[in-house]
Amino acid sequence: MTRKTIKVDLLARVEGEGAFKVVVRDGKVERAELSIFEPPRFFEALLRGRAFSEAPDITARICGICPVAYQMSAVHAMESALGVGIAGPLRDLRRLLYCGEWIESHTLHIYMLHAPDFLGYAGAIEMARAHGDIVRRGLSLKQVGNAVMALLGGREIHPINVRVGGFYQVPHKRALEPLAERLKWARDAALETVRWTASLDFPDCERDYRFVALRHPAEYPFNEGRIVSNTGLNISAADYDDHFDETQVARSTALQARMRDGGAYLVGPLARYSLNFDRLSPVAQAAAHEAGLGPVCKNPYCSIIVRAVEVLYACDEALRIIDGYVEPEQSCVPVVPRAGIGVSATEAPRGLLYHRYRLEADGSIAEARIVPPTSQNQASIEDDLSSFIGDWLDLPEADVRHRCEQTVRNHDPCISCATHFLRLDLERT
Amino acid sequence: MSQTTPRRTVIGVGNPDRGDDAAGCWAARIVRHMLPDDVTVVEHNGDATALVARLAGMEAAFLVDACCSGAACGTLHRFDVAAAPLPANAFSLSTHGFGLMEGIELTRILGLLPACCVVFGIEGGHFQYGDALSPPVCASLDEVARRLCAEIVGQEAVRA
Repeated sequence: MTRKTIKVDLLARVEGEGAFKVVVRDGKVERAELSIFEPPRFFEALLRGRAFSEAPDITARICGICPVAYQMSAVHAMESALGVGIAGPLRDLRRLLYCGEWIESHTLHIYMLHAPDFLGYAGAIEMARAHGDIVRRGLSLKQVGNAVMALLGGREIHPINVRVGGFYQVPHKRALEPLAERLKWARDAALETVRWTASLDFPDCERDYRFVALRHPAEYPFNEGRIVSNTGLNISAADYDDHFDETQVARSTALQARMRDGGAYLVGPLARYSLNFDRLSPVAQAAAHEAGLGPVCKNPYCSIIVRAVEVLYACDEALRIIDGYVEPEQSCVPVVPRAGIGVSATEAPRGLLYHRYRLEADGSIAEARIVPPTSQNQASIEDDLSSFIGDWLDLPEADVRHRCEQTVRNHDPCISCATHFLRLDLERT
Repeated sequence: MSQTTPRRTVIGVGNPDRGDDAAGCWAARIVRHMLPDDVTVVEHNGDATALVARLAGMEAAFLVDACCSGAACGTLHRFDVAAAPLPANAFSLSTHGFGLMEGIELTRILGLLPACCVVFGIEGGHFQYGDALSPPVCASLDEVARRLCAEIVGQEAVRA
């Protein structure tokens, strides 16, 4: 009997702090466990007693990469509790803001975190030595996303212009014109990104995921839609708790979400794309076809292409919104506090983000519950490792480590915004 | 009012809500109104990709960030990063392992690093969310401001 332990002490291209352990007996993977050491930040407790109006700014602090997602889920949940609906230009501006976040978040992952895996570099810095033009394109593309965030959100990170009922300020139409020029460049760069990512080498492996994402009658989903799956689920966000459950596992400080039947599921670009391909704009659909993607993608390594398609879509959608933008008469609609329960799910770059709040009559928050995408994807990431690692066990340990890390990175986990530590324990007995 | 396009910058890096990690932000606030018009002063979260854009096209850049090298809290370090990379272990406080050091190196590799690029590191001691600056770091801020101003004024003397 042999026993071997491999440790990865630092994984710099994953957002957060975690480790995983793979146990192999008699040449077969017995179990793969993703552990998260993310220090609990108690945001849900922190929200209790605070005014409903504070939720967008407090929850935005959960993540520096996808603060808009937290703001959007928060404001929609509050508005559902308070009986407020947002339509017209204000709704469009929220969508535009989300486009900015998708562009900057996805581009960061594609160019800085994920691409080095495919090209054999330790990171983006090493990749830039040989592929400077590509990295420059990625940086410029990300900056366009940041510019959208800054214009609509007031600043690039942790925007401050979003409020329950709308915005504190809305842009003049002429202020969007320079942004449109940058987005036209970005759309071309995004198309080049799709073509470039499609040219990478991908392992030939698929998994039969249970995909879960929002689906809207007419749009590729950002802020609205029913929660659907490729196995027949079709519910409103209000019914989320009837179908999904979060449990604590001893190895992790993050709750792990599963379907009520115990099954793992996947949220994020692969799920969103596979459940909403027909809602992509024609230019995004055409680019996906050209890249060799079908309407469903089950190869997690190809998520880098899917993200590029979504960046292209976000640029295209942002231009459509700007082209049709009519300045609203008011930056927000009136909101009157009342007791109630509000829920919302929106599509963060990494997938479905669920918020639920219970409000007191004065609008103070009595209960808050937040289920981020990475909680929901932990079980699927473990299943990926269990499924794929068996084929790699004859490889040198460094290669096994790298492939495991890449497998985790396929899903762009935002384990936390605090640290960057991942340890791999591979036990062979 | 000067119409000069800013070609020099002071960048205060850090998280203002995380104890001594706010040192760079405070340094930027202190020197904001003490410098010539062609010097932009910004606070920055340290995101490497955005840092590249901040540094590109600059003639000179002066960055201030908290660091953690094992020296006494409040100790001031100066690094000429145009000449050599930052020490790897002192500035690894980035949330995603892709922060100040990586931003500078990426800028260098892309050929965009200013000819003059200096990092002041202030040794931090406490980095918990919600913490205030520790007294030794507070005490170092005036010295950082004085040295920043001296370097920038010194640059002007060289230009003249």
